[in-house]
Amino acid sequence: MRDMMPHFDLYQPDSVAAALELTSRLDEQAWILAGGQDSFDWLKNRTRRTAAVVDLGAIDELKGVRESAGGGLEIGALTTLTDIEAHPLIREKFELLARAAGRVASPQIRNAGTLGGNLCQDTRCWYYRHGVDCYRAGGNICYADTPEGQNREHAILGASRCVAVSPSDTATALTALDASVVLRSRAGERIVPISEFLVGPAINIRAMTTLRPGEILTTVRVPAIWSGAMFYFEKVADRAAWDFALVSIAAAFRMDGKRVADARLVAGAVACVPWRLHAAERAVVGRERSEDSAERAASVAVDGARPLNYNHFKIPLTENLVRRAIRDAQGA
Amino acid sequence: MLTINVNGARHELDADPRMPLLWALRDLLKLYGTKYGCGKALCGACIVHLDGRPIHSCVTPLSAVTGGRVTTIEGLSADGTHALQQAWLELDVVQCGYCHSGQLMSAAALLARNAAPNDADIDAAMSGNICRCGTYPRIRSAIHRAAALLRGRARA
Repeated sequence: MRDMMPHFDLYQPDSVAAALELTSRLDEQAWILAGGQDSFDWLKNRTRRTAAVVDLGAIDELKGVRESAGGGLEIGALTTLTDIEAHPLIREKFELLARAAGRVASPQIRNAGTLGGNLCQDTRCWYYRHGVDCYRAGGNICYADTPEGQNREHAILGASRCVAVSPSDTATALTALDASVVLRSRAGERIVPISEFLVGPAINIRAMTTLRPGEILTTVRVPAIWSGAMFYFEKVADRAAWDFALVSIAAAFRMDGKRVADARLVAGAVACVPWRLHAAERAVVGRERSEDSAERAASVAVDGARPLNYNHFKIPLTENLVRRAIRDAQGA
Repeated sequence: MLTINVNGARHELDADPRMPLLWALRDLLKLYGTKYGCGKALCGACIVHLDGRPIHSCVTPLSAVTGGRVTTIEGLSADGTHALQQAWLELDVVQCGYCHSGQLMSAAALLARNAAPNDADIDAAMSGNICRCGTYPRIRSAIHRAAALLRGRARA
């Protein structure tokens, strides 16, 4: 028994310019590799093949955290999740992101896995991961959304044919922080809000991001808006290590005296993208954080949810996480 | 040819840079302490240190370690006398033993940055290592014991 790496041409550019030269030339053939923690799962399983891998690991300009002029942060896409969790600037300004990064997978995976890779990883739907011909793989059926489909982990909101959910913990936190991503290509760069970068099946059923062939995610920009706000992050999973969220919540509250001036409540693993709970946000803005406002927000949090056979539990779970976020958020 | 640094020694390898570090260690350098478990970063049997941080060598291609320092279980101590190895023997931690080089490498990285970990610190640091025999309580006790041994050595 040997686990073999499949054949592919390996490119190791040492600058973004050299990487873009490669991704531009290789176009759709280029598999972009960051920490490799999701990529090698696909490649070793042989469920996906690629002719060429562009490994960004040697590009130092893609690593590290810098303060931007407006008081926000610019985070290199190749910064490891361990470094995100421990970084003093992130902990000081955006504790929410540090907490989410610290709940990804296991310590060993966080040592190699990167922020950009965590955002771009593919869904964990096991039918899809198994290599079946589902909608997301180009076929015309969703195996999870059938009478016998095993869909305990799947979507209760925002599904469209495919019911897979977003696996990324950091995406949930970055959505709450109104972050953007910088996507560079030889033609220039696009700065895209994370809420538009991550897409559901109604927009593109084959990909979870709007990254185009030839483009590289270079930087995550976190604006100053939520710096030092009150935050809450919780991830509920079957196991404390490795596991992906059954439901997670990322919340930010800016206070005006005792009242909430503005709020973000974002649920992870309930939809194909991190799902902003707009009605719950509206229910708590202008009120004090209390049992009463927590109850109001929870009661409208998942209006319109359409659970599958085995994931009804995600409704009360999401409601309870909203209650806890409002009651227990901490910070400035 | 590519050059990697393993346990303080430089090695010139005539190897494909796509090769997982695990197989370069075992098949080319004949360092059999690091084990193959799942091949997909799901079990922890293959954990080694890259620049002092524990990583899964099964999903780390050689190309990713050419600039760094790799430490394997063979490099933990010259003669098997690392405090963790002593504690492992003292408390008879091992049952079948297959996962334990990975367990020891995760534990060593923990003790290098935290001289007196509590149970929660240990559980968090060791959460990426599965033991099929379920020796978790003895692993935890042995890490406490090793931390005490190290503190004793520091005082001596």
